Amino acid sequence: MIIRVQSDLFDAGAELNAFAQGRQDVGAVVSFTGVVRDTQSGLKEMQIEHYPGMTEAAIAAIAQDAVTRWDLADALVIHRYGALKPGAPIMMVATAAAHRVAAFEAADFLMDYLKSRAPFWKKEITAGNATWVAAKDADEDALKRW
Amino acid sequence: MNVMYFAWVRERIGVPQEQIDTQAATVAELVQDLTAREERYAAAFADVSALRVALDQELSEFDAPLAGVREVAFFPPMTGG
Repeated sequence: MIIRVQSDLFDAGAELNAFAQGRQDVGAVVSFTGVVRDTQSGLKEMQIEHYPGMTEAAIAAIAQDAVTRWDLADALVIHRYGALKPGAPIMMVATAAAHRVAAFEAADFLMDYLKSRAPFWKKEITAGNATWVAAKDADEDALKRW
Repeated sequence: MNVMYFAWVRERIGVPQEQIDTQAATVAELVQDLTAREERYAAAFADVSALRVALDQELSEFDAPLAGVREVAFFPPMTGG
């Protein structure tokens, strides 16, 4: 598993090309990249706070769950923190499995759990406002799918 | 013990972390203890149903015991991804 929590920009394409390379047992690689989306009020930046130590442990536990449950060959999670501009990548996950259903489902599971169980908090900064993003009931409900 | 605050909880209390001496036996008692100390704690803990707690970096519950715990963290529901 590859788990990285960083403020630096990452290259999703390069990460994906390097991921699970050389494995002969992998028939499917799925990836997701989350990007800072502008809002109607004109987002200047997204500030992402996290809980160093717990963040890495929580992500590793979630990723290990995915690996075990879907018998993944490998899993990758990169999540950024700090001040990010609209259009910038926030995070990515990638999963590698023998077959595509497992790779898709595991990536979906990872995203649902990272959203509600990894200790990150987003704050939207606009020209006149700074607002903490509230968790949605739908995000918590999404966990019940699994 | 070391008590940490994140996101708007940190902003309301005014510090990211602090050492707290307390006789509280549970998280809920710690919240009561802090709330009684100063208004900024009362403001942060006004609605604990809007808060989450981690004990030694693992998500926990407000009725959990504090015996042996070194680090308590309070924060709003997480918004990762």
